[in-house]
Amino acid sequence: MSDFLLELFCEEIPSGMQARAGEDLQRLVCDGLKEAGLEFKSTRNFAGARRLTLVIEGLPDKSPDVSDERKGPRVGSPDKAIEGFLRGAGLASVDEAEIVSDEKKGDYYVARIEKPGRATSDMIAELVPSVIRQFPWPKSQRWGSGKLRWVRPLHSILCLLNGSLVPFDVDGITSGNETLGHRFLSEGPITVSDFDDYEKKLREAHVILDADERQKLILEGAQTAAKKASLELVEDSALLAEAAGLVEWPIVLMGAFDEEFLDVPPEVIITAIKKHQKCFSLRDGKTGKLANKFIMVSNLIADDSGKAIIAGNERVVRARLSDAKFFWDQDRKIKLEDRLPALEDIIFHEKLGTQAERVERLKALAGQLAEAVGADKQAAERAAALAKADLVTDMVNEFPDLQGLMGRYYALDQGEDASVAVAIQEHYRPQGPNDAVPTDPVSIAVALADKLDTLVGFWTIDEKPTGSKDPYALRRAALGVIRIIRENNVELYPRGVFEIYMTLFHPDVDYREFASIADDFQNFFNDRLKVQLRDHGIPHDYVDAVLRIRSSQTGLLSTIRRADALNNFLSTADGTNLLAGAKRAENIVEIEEKKDGKLLEGFTEPSLFQQEQEKALSKAIDEATMAANAAVEKEDFEGAMAAMAKLRAPVDAFFDNVTVNANDPKLRENRLKLLNQIREATLAVADFSKIEG
Amino acid sequence: MANAQPAQLRPEKSFQDLILVLQQYWAAHGCVLLQPYDMEVGAGTFHPATTLRALGPKPWNVAYVQPSRRPTDGRYGENPNRLQHYYQYQVILKPSPPDIQDLYLNSLYAIGIDPKNHDIRFVEDDWESPTLGAWGLGWEVWCDGMEVSQFTYFQQVGGFDCDPVAGELTYGLERLAMYCQGVDNVYDLNFNGGEGDRKVTYGDVFLQAEQEYSRHNFEYANTDRLLTHFRDAEAECKALLEAGDRGDGKMHECVLPAYDQCIKASHIFNLLDARGVISVTERQAYILRVRDLSKACCTAWLNTEAGGAA
Repeated sequence: MSDFLLELFCEEIPSGMQARAGEDLQRLVCDGLKEAGLEFKSTRNFAGARRLTLVIEGLPDKSPDVSDERKGPRVGSPDKAIEGFLRGAGLASVDEAEIVSDEKKGDYYVARIEKPGRATSDMIAELVPSVIRQFPWPKSQRWGSGKLRWVRPLHSILCLLNGSLVPFDVDGITSGNETLGHRFLSEGPITVSDFDDYEKKLREAHVILDADERQKLILEGAQTAAKKASLELVEDSALLAEAAGLVEWPIVLMGAFDEEFLDVPPEVIITAIKKHQKCFSLRDGKTGKLANKFIMVSNLIADDSGKAIIAGNERVVRARLSDAKFFWDQDRKIKLEDRLPALEDIIFHEKLGTQAERVERLKALAGQLAEAVGADKQAAERAAALAKADLVTDMVNEFPDLQGLMGRYYALDQGEDASVAVAIQEHYRPQGPNDAVPTDPVSIAVALADKLDTLVGFWTIDEKPTGSKDPYALRRAALGVIRIIRENNVELYPRGVFEIYMTLFHPDVDYREFASIADDFQNFFNDRLKVQLRDHGIPHDYVDAVLRIRSSQTGLLSTIRRADALNNFLSTADGTNLLAGAKRAENIVEIEEKKDGKLLEGFTEPSLFQQEQEKALSKAIDEATMAANAAVEKEDFEGAMAAMAKLRAPVDAFFDNVTVNANDPKLRENRLKLLNQIREATLAVADFSKIEG
Repeated sequence: MANAQPAQLRPEKSFQDLILVLQQYWAAHGCVLLQPYDMEVGAGTFHPATTLRALGPKPWNVAYVQPSRRPTDGRYGENPNRLQHYYQYQVILKPSPPDIQDLYLNSLYAIGIDPKNHDIRFVEDDWESPTLGAWGLGWEVWCDGMEVSQFTYFQQVGGFDCDPVAGELTYGLERLAMYCQGVDNVYDLNFNGGEGDRKVTYGDVFLQAEQEYSRHNFEYANTDRLLTHFRDAEAECKALLEAGDRGDGKMHECVLPAYDQCIKASHIFNLLDARGVISVTERQAYILRVRDLSKACCTAWLNTEAGGAA
């Protein structure tokens, strides 16, 4: 058994690309080995600022021998056939083939090809260069006079199998048994014998190989430093991962800035320190207020124990915060409504006009939606009017991530109603599956208006998502709408919204022209609904089942509730049995309808009921239908399901005791009609025929 | 690390000494020391010694200071960090040598930044110039959290592959000097290293210019005339390229004068942008017009002797 160690050493790899590159290296090398018939025990990879490292343990010393037998043509076949056979089998002459006798077929040639296993090191020497040449970096470059591409110039390759060098060459880079340590805290090459030796010597040379360990050191160091200062770290896992990719030997240091900067909103300070400086913020653990201190992660044990590093970082942070404070002070001098003309210069989409035009639409739509979501109409229109104004503030120009948030701050500063200010921030939400949805009615109105304007707008210019392509993130917007609806219990009719949009903004377009697009829009939402509900454990066919039931126009919320109720019902014994009974009834009716060549619809004839179970079922169907319809009328779907549940026992009793295909044709038809009524009754809550299985 | 800093130069006290140390350092490493290009450019990259010389097979090592103009960055002399006119120190090493990072780090050492006390980091920053049709991969170099240089491996210029690849190092001189001198306001920089009456500050030299040019860039520049100049430069660039094209495998005879007109068009566009007369949609169209000029110049350059045509 052999152990394999590979290190690819290059100039600084972008932090965000490292983890993926480590995984890619492992996958490509391991796949190549397996393809060559080399199985192994375990593998690990490491990625950092200047190196990708791969370890594979328990490799065989060579690949297994393979013997292959290939049948050839009959002895005495035309030369061409024999030549072709020899070429295919890799034989030099016919003498190298065996002749096999067969009673039926006569004598024919057989080539026995014995492929002896190859030394693992030989295969690695071929595999690694090809992995390097095909490496899937998101962006790669050439350097010097070479042709090779790598993320940044590749300097050396360390490649050892059981401590022995695996020799090869990639565009002039020769594999070796040496690497380098920390750029500043280590000098000269390090000779390595195996992975343990490699890891140990690198550690001595101030390189921590494992990104998780670097993250842990940073996090613990930052927490300890915070604690010493009686503060709390503002944790940020993305920043932590990025910081760990920028250093080989993390040293945590603490700096401070002037307290006067704390007038600026805390999110601005956190963002400024993080985006530009990759530093962590600190806060008072009790009050939660941001502190005028920050944590930096350096890559150096400095001779002066970090004094110069801290001073330098403090100076840069001061400059950044001065800018932020300047923006904060300047931005507040201009009222949000006075910024609206500037939105005329920002194109939202070539065919959908400027941000200023979009704001006009948002105002109208938010106003239309206000009542349905319980919002004050004027507040919703005001919030919509100001929702995009912060896009032209200096702060958002500098920190685009702060859009919405700055709008809220500036709105509060100029004395807007709190719900208006909150809506300006929250109208972008939810921005992803993990983002919270707005809950304040005004926010809901503007958030819905924002997403629906985008959705309908792109529908009208025929820019719909297709397959995997969704450049305007319309599916995400639709899921956002559905979540807002669901989590706030407000109703929305996608088709109706489409019509309102057309009436408001394209009054000249005839209804007949866009009717089919409006249907398409509704269907798009139904499909998104299925995706969304599937994530909540509701099968997609339940949505189909509730969409087909008798109703003039089904709102999103109503559909969700029906599917929810159906799902709950079908997870009870009553539900599954009733579903089975209804399906059985349907099957029988369908078969008999075919036989008879006519539909078995219409009323039953009570005088023809002979058995108790028939009478009981008929009565139960009448009662359940009435109760369910009444409940549906009140949007009480749980109630409707409960009414349906009462059908289960009589249906079961009917099937257990009554022979449907009675000899008397009148009796038979009456019973089949009764079965059909089971199906009819269940349609009050769902079309069970749409449910699979 | 070798101390390449002569005793009499004090880059930590004097802006001009900082420049002189860099000049000496890169001269010692085989660079041709050029003087600034005599036209208004937005960055050292526009100098033909970078844009054009980065193309073609011939080795080329050069260093120069380039005054750079960014009209929209004017702040009337009131911002301690932002200038509409500033100095870049530009180094081009083609082909990029394997030890280019070490060469760069030693240049920092030469100006007094000791990597034993300062946290030097290479942070991903890919470079793209839409007007030059150029891009490359590299980093911004951080010293204690401050960006002190741009480091780029040129991959394409004018839409052509750079082969061999040139390494470009760009030092922001004012920022570096502020760091070395420990001042927070660019106008407080000691320019000549003098003390007392003999001290000349950056503000003494440039404050009035920043104020006047800010007025010019944002208020006074006549936009109609600028639009005419833009069209003239564009037309002249095309005309010169056409005139110099001798066809039939003959070398191009007039690339550099044509490229001057391309630079001119680019600067006029920047001024128009600062004057706020270019809308968002027009902006893209202007950038494309300048890019067409620079691409045409690069194409012609490859058909000259310095561009490597045989």
